[in-house]
Amino acid sequence: MMQEQDVIIVEGLRKSYGAIKAVDNVTFQVRKNEIFGMVGPNGSGKTTTIECIEGLRHPDEGRLNVLGLDPQHNTHELRERTGVQLQSSNLPNRMRVGEAMNLFSSFYRQADDWRPLLKELGLADKQRALYSQLSGGQKQRLFVALALINRPEIVFLDELTTGLDPQARHATWDLVREIQGRGATVFLTTHFMEEAERLCDRVAILDHGRIIALDTPKQLVSQAGIGIRIIFKMKKQDMAAFQPARIGAIDGVRRVEQQEGEVVVYGQGDGLIGAIIHALETARVQICNLRTEQPNLEDAFLTLTGHTIRD
Amino acid sequence: MLHGLLQLYSMQIKLYLREPVAFFFSLAYPTLLLLLFGFIYGNDPAPDFWGRNFGTVDASVPAYAGIIIGTVALMGIPIDTAASRENGVLRRYRATPLPPAVYLIASVLMYLTVALLGMLVLILAGKLVFGLRFSGSWPSVLAAFILSALAFYAFGYLIASLASSARVAQTIGMVIFFPMMFLSGAGMPIQLLPEGLRRISDFLPLTYVVRLIQGLWFDDALKTVWLPVLVLVGTLIVGSVLAARFFRWE
Repeated sequence: MMQEQDVIIVEGLRKSYGAIKAVDNVTFQVRKNEIFGMVGPNGSGKTTTIECIEGLRHPDEGRLNVLGLDPQHNTHELRERTGVQLQSSNLPNRMRVGEAMNLFSSFYRQADDWRPLLKELGLADKQRALYSQLSGGQKQRLFVALALINRPEIVFLDELTTGLDPQARHATWDLVREIQGRGATVFLTTHFMEEAERLCDRVAILDHGRIIALDTPKQLVSQAGIGIRIIFKMKKQDMAAFQPARIGAIDGVRRVEQQEGEVVVYGQGDGLIGAIIHALETARVQICNLRTEQPNLEDAFLTLTGHTIRD
Repeated sequence: MLHGLLQLYSMQIKLYLREPVAFFFSLAYPTLLLLLFGFIYGNDPAPDFWGRNFGTVDASVPAYAGIIIGTVALMGIPIDTAASRENGVLRRYRATPLPPAVYLIASVLMYLTVALLGMLVLILAGKLVFGLRFSGSWPSVLAAFILSALAFYAFGYLIASLASSARVAQTIGMVIFFPMMFLSGAGMPIQLLPEGLRRISDFLPLTYVVRLIQGLWFDDALKTVWLPVLVLVGTLIVGSVLAARFFRWE
């Protein structure tokens, strides 16, 4: 369904490379000012999709509309109003950070003063540094700065945090939220499920060039119907005498597994934990280290695709 | 857009001058050759060779214009362009509103500036050390130099587009440039070549660069250089069409 606040509309997008269907009939919309994430394993078609939307690739079929523009024909206008961080790009090794900011500013009709931007990104003291002297994280942040230089209405971030250490990754998440706070729409791709879950307002799950689910992370997880996991330990002698069927009979329990001295109960329902504990007490089994695990997007992905994201 | 063009142009010049190898080949190498052979042969007029008014240095300076243009066009441009494509620098530029044509214009202007700079250093060295003689007109020589450079640059971009990587581009450039440098009269006087080899030189575009610039250097008369002009204009047209047809951003 098309809404007025949709800033990106993709309908029936297809793109093949030879016999390989990289993107196979993809349709979705991105709403103004949301953080929209596209997740999927390598080769699932994320980058091809984002690069078609950016106007860097020509789709074989399908209709694209970005900010009311056709990325194929209004490419120039599109570039003026969007910011792009590409997955595999570089600057010349002997270009200095400050020089890059000056140069790229000159390509746009209007560009912000880039000094505050560098400061915000923790690169203020790197203005004189050559591109080749920057660490991987610093290069990424420089590319984010270049993507924001024209105060874009939409920012495209392709695999932004790949290659970053956890600390840098968290700092980058804060930055993405800040971009949203400025009023921009963020379209990002990632193969980190945790990143999509914690950062994105809505997530499209891509597998083999098709969108297999699209919703808020919370909805995706609950729709996958995975339920929670209740995990506990018990003494060795109890373990030997333990009868999983007793717990399996409890309403809402789907499956009971024993692994390495731990019992894992899969199930759903409000009174589930109470009922399990009650059943164990009745059987006089002493347990310890009881914990519950909520399903996450990674689990939802596994359920939806039948494989993990790294397969 | 003019602002972007000028910014990119001056940035490209800075980047080029920060690259020691490129710097050496376009600016220092021809001058070092001139000093070497100048000290060996001197610059006394050699009537049998160059006519009664000109010596070896006077003839070498315009001939070395061919070396400068050849190194920039057949080594500098293919290697830089293929490397920029390979490591994603061209992609990064393409994702901005900068029109692709403006990127290419800025680059061509930069390479032209670098070649002219190399030529200037060469002329100054010839003048100061060997009392370089000149009896043509500067505007004609400048125009001939620019025509020659552009004709060769087009082929530099073509090599960059056809090569799968910077290494391949470098190899192709060297394989084309070095034999041509010796057979065209750019690196050594063509009169020193045996008859058979001289016939090969007639088929090398660089030969016409040397003939054109040397001809205008000795005597500013278009009637003696119409053939080189024609060949180079043709080279420029064919090269530009092919380069435009095959140019790749990724």
